[in-house]
Amino acid sequence: MTGIIDIATIWAFIIAFAVFVYVVMDGFDLGLGILFPLFPKKADRDVIMNSVAPVWDGNETWLVLGGGGMMAAFPLAYAVLMPALYTPMIAMLIGLIFRGVAFEFRWRTLSKQNRWDIAFAGGSLLATLAQGIALGAMLQGVHVEGRHYAGGWWDWLTPFSILTGLALVIGYALLGATWLVLKTEGGLRDKAYRLSWWLLFAMLAAIGAVSIATPFLHVHYTQRWFAWPNVVLTAPVPIAVAAVTALLLRSLANRQDYQPFFLSLALFALSYAGLGISMWPYIVPQSITIWQAASPENSQVFMLFGVAGLVPLILGYTAWAYWVFRGKVKPGSGYH
Amino acid sequence: MFEGWDAVGLARAQFAFTMSFHIVFPAFSIGLASYLAVLEALWLWTGREVFINLFNYWLKIFAVAFGMGVVSGIVMSYQFGTNWSAFSDKTGSVIGPLMAYEVLTAFFLEAGFLGVMLFGLERVGHRLHFVATLMVATGTLISAFWILSANSWMQTPAGYAVNADGQFVAADWLKVIFNPSFPYRLVHMVLAAYLTTALVVGAVGAFHLLRDQHLPGPRVMFSMAMWMATLVAPIQILAGDQHGLNTLEHQPAKVMAMEGHYQSHKDGAPLLLFGLPDQAAGKVRYAIEVPKLGSLILKHSLDAPLAGLDTVPRENWPPVPITFWSFRIMVGMGFLMMGLGLFSLWARWRGTLYQSRLLHICAMAMGPAGFIAVLAGWITTETGRQPFTVYGLLRTTESASPLASPAVASSLIAFVIVYFAVFSAGVIYILRMMAAPPHHGEQGPRGDAPARAAGITPAAGLAARGSAR
Repeated sequence: MTGIIDIATIWAFIIAFAVFVYVVMDGFDLGLGILFPLFPKKADRDVIMNSVAPVWDGNETWLVLGGGGMMAAFPLAYAVLMPALYTPMIAMLIGLIFRGVAFEFRWRTLSKQNRWDIAFAGGSLLATLAQGIALGAMLQGVHVEGRHYAGGWWDWLTPFSILTGLALVIGYALLGATWLVLKTEGGLRDKAYRLSWWLLFAMLAAIGAVSIATPFLHVHYTQRWFAWPNVVLTAPVPIAVAAVTALLLRSLANRQDYQPFFLSLALFALSYAGLGISMWPYIVPQSITIWQAASPENSQVFMLFGVAGLVPLILGYTAWAYWVFRGKVKPGSGYH
Repeated sequence: MFEGWDAVGLARAQFAFTMSFHIVFPAFSIGLASYLAVLEALWLWTGREVFINLFNYWLKIFAVAFGMGVVSGIVMSYQFGTNWSAFSDKTGSVIGPLMAYEVLTAFFLEAGFLGVMLFGLERVGHRLHFVATLMVATGTLISAFWILSANSWMQTPAGYAVNADGQFVAADWLKVIFNPSFPYRLVHMVLAAYLTTALVVGAVGAFHLLRDQHLPGPRVMFSMAMWMATLVAPIQILAGDQHGLNTLEHQPAKVMAMEGHYQSHKDGAPLLLFGLPDQAAGKVRYAIEVPKLGSLILKHSLDAPLAGLDTVPRENWPPVPITFWSFRIMVGMGFLMMGLGLFSLWARWRGTLYQSRLLHICAMAMGPAGFIAVLAGWITTETGRQPFTVYGLLRTTESASPLASPAVASSLIAFVIVYFAVFSAGVIYILRMMAAPPHHGEQGPRGDAPARAAGITPAAGLAARGSAR
């Protein structure tokens, strides 16, 4: 680790930021898809869809920024990770196709049994599972020779990657449930509250399981978290998780509609920070550091101008779009 | 299913397949977004109801087409890494930033304002809604700017250096972005998108005029579309000619393949109208040709010498039959479009624009012509660049991911099944919406659904309920 903030470090944080914003934004709308089978009534489903219809497309654009930004700023890492995570990536893309088109298609079909509702639920689950599995597969390390991925096309499938896949499904479902608490009323909200309780406990179990399993993957992770003096910096993470959990439990108990969603996001942010602590300074764990993968400085500087000038603007008009569609989505407003 | 195919061939098939599906949607939505901005502007300016009805009518179709463009586009942006990782490693530092700028300046702009454009008319007011429509339309054009810059750099690389790891790096960003073929390709593609949309709008208008020539909406859209075809098709043919001359300068082998010129011609090359290119024998069989015309078009002189593929090493030949035929399909479509435009102009002059059944039938038949021309044009330019991904510098065989054939074959089969299932459903929904004419009180996507919360009366919702059927 170098102590100097260089441009590759800045870009590592930008990519991490883009991926986190993606997780924050698409996480809850993928979560809605995961929870969809639990809301069989058409009226409820229409409200759920209308609560994200105006914003889902912008949410998914962060995924394109994460992928495109990685290709531009860390081409070697992109070139190694994508073939290594081939099957989960293809599965994610196919899942995103099904759920993405469902937003419009489900209003256009004439059949009573709406197969695009199945596409929305199945696609969301598949995409989430694939993202979680890809994360686990990356953390456990990939086989690199020279500048290429040198493993097989089933290397990603391990108990650990299945665990991270399930953990992400639970996490996104929690975000989805708390989003519904925020955006809906009446029976739909009551059900979302009940689901939030269950999902919060499942999420804590998942965080615990992944945290226990990670140090066993590689000695690097063990040292990073438990060796002195690192532990001074890493110990606050689990403490903060406990604090946020306490606040979240209280907000669910007191039924404060606006709090659970943002506290769930805080839980995600802490898990994400933990992930960053584990990975740093590698971009392909245990093989390629951010400096080895970085594109030349003039490419990174060229893009930095764009990011510095445009990302605040993007966040501004995205916030405006959310503001335009603020408030509770009324049941019955989906008249189709 | 794919026995005997190597991983590179499968990866190419996958790119060609997913790209062919994808390009159809942006080609349509670039033109449609601009058309929607024009319709909304006309509505705000004149206050005539027919414009807002047309706006809402096409907005619903735009929503479905745009959604399909987004999801098929995400596949494209990840395919560089999954199937073409060696290409990504080598060119990521140069074309990656161009695509990153596309995301930052275009995708976010489109996505950020799309929700307001689709559902927000009653929430934000007319003026702000018009701004949102303009932002979406501008976003589609900015997107075309960056992605065509990246594609053009692969065709005519400029402003680069190669580092110790064999990666391309930028030496001069302006030269990278404004590489030699970029301005021509950008103009040609944006005009193609506008024509494609105009022909679709014209075909839908014609379809409804055939049933009832007094419908106000179809009359307005048919007239607008025919003006577009009349004016833009000739400009497009000129732009295409200029693009071809630029290609002759920078990618001569592509033009040789387009023209079917296996042999060099010392004093005036013929123009091959038709024929069967035989790649193995290196000649065109059963050629129907006009002497000297090839040199006249490409060199503006009857007797100018023109080199053929016999001057190019065999291993650098593009696949002539595909390039040759797709080029002819594109050009043929272009001239048919111009013909339709002239026909409509004549009918307009005679005062039979809304009555001529023959014109309406021709306009309907030409509805898909823009898509066919766009696909044929893309096949021409992409196969004509072969056997390179970065023209003259990086071979396609050196660009692919180190993957086993079964992995690529499985994903290809998966994409084929999913794309046909999903996108044919979408096309059916779009055709179904087009089958009903725009009418009085036309509502946008979901009518006033999100606006109900803002206090629109149930009566409006009831009216919308009727229109949604």
